[in-house]
Amino acid sequence: MERSVAQVALFTALIAVLGIIPKITLGFGVPITAQSLGVMLCGTVLGARRGTSAVLLFLVLVAIGLPLLSGGRGGLGLFVSPSAGFLIGWPVAAFATGCIVERWRSAPLMLSASLASVVGGIGVMYIFGIVGLSIALDKTLVQSTFLVSAFIPGDIVKALIAGGLTAWIALVRPASLLSRRS
Amino acid sequence: MISLSSPVRTQAHDWPATSKIAGLGAATCGLFFLENLTGQVAAFVIVILIYLLPGWQFFRSGLQALWRLWPFVLMLAIFHFVTGTLKEGAIVSLRLISAIGLANLVTMTTPLSEFADSTEFVRPIVRRLGIPPKTLEIVFVLVVRMIPVLSERAQTLHVSWCARSRKRPSWRFILPLFLIALDDANHVADALLARGGLAAEGD
Repeated sequence: MERSVAQVALFTALIAVLGIIPKITLGFGVPITAQSLGVMLCGTVLGARRGTSAVLLFLVLVAIGLPLLSGGRGGLGLFVSPSAGFLIGWPVAAFATGCIVERWRSAPLMLSASLASVVGGIGVMYIFGIVGLSIALDKTLVQSTFLVSAFIPGDIVKALIAGGLTAWIALVRPASLLSRRS
Repeated sequence: MISLSSPVRTQAHDWPATSKIAGLGAATCGLFFLENLTGQVAAFVIVILIYLLPGWQFFRSGLQALWRLWPFVLMLAIFHFVTGTLKEGAIVSLRLISAIGLANLVTMTTPLSEFADSTEFVRPIVRRLGIPPKTLEIVFVLVVRMIPVLSERAQTLHVSWCARSRKRPSWRFILPLFLIALDDANHVADALLARGGLAAEGD
């Protein structure tokens, strides 16, 4: 239990730190912040339940005012802002990502973790994000989808990185890959 | 470290956090049901007046937090200008500013300790997710302690990267940071075990 509690706490802290580090610019010039990568990794490394816990605890800390989101943002205001849907979708995204990695064991880990990140970290998260954006800005779902579509290529790259990192963790720290231990 | 704290003490600081959060929920719902421009302008003016009540210093601090919304407001203005629906644009923009303004108001006037007490609703959820609710305090303490530690290590990695390469740090920078976090988690788990473990703390 100590190990899983410590990992949940450390991953919550890691999501925060990924928001503090400078933006990473991809090879083709698209700048990305790494916090949603942290959400994907929570699912692929910690598994569905622990990954969701880590993301949920992070959001609680953000809600009570700690400036942990990228750009030093925090507070209840974020949960009524246009990006609220994405934040609410984070725990669900981590859960979906973790579920896929835990159950799809026949495929190579890099493939299953990457695809799980695409389904959870992009598919699920964008469903919540687009609905949230649509409500906050009073736009149709199609218009909201158009507004966020520019971020999808960066998120696909993040999903691939999450897959690669997870496979790498399986090689160098297999005991830390809680998603494949149960 | 708190991004949204009031520079002055107000009467609202003494109100219970749960009441303020419930009030915020009701007010936000009200704003979303208010469909006319006059109503949204009135709500916006009320929010501004509430910000002005504790004084100029509080107002400026609140305004700084709201200023971060300008990209969204600009995007909305351009969209509604292009589509010729400026009135709808004004309604949505005012609703957005008022809702976030009220939420920031609650954050600014609620001490962190009270906010933490009002997060009891998380306990049953994390219990279902496999984290004993009684260990939640330890988890929060670990998170708050580890953020500056990991942040410092990230800075060190950043400096090391810059010392070795002319290029800006790429995604590869996350690899060692991730490994450090995993190793630290193992060290923390060993330390917890060495102090008797969490079994006594859990349910």
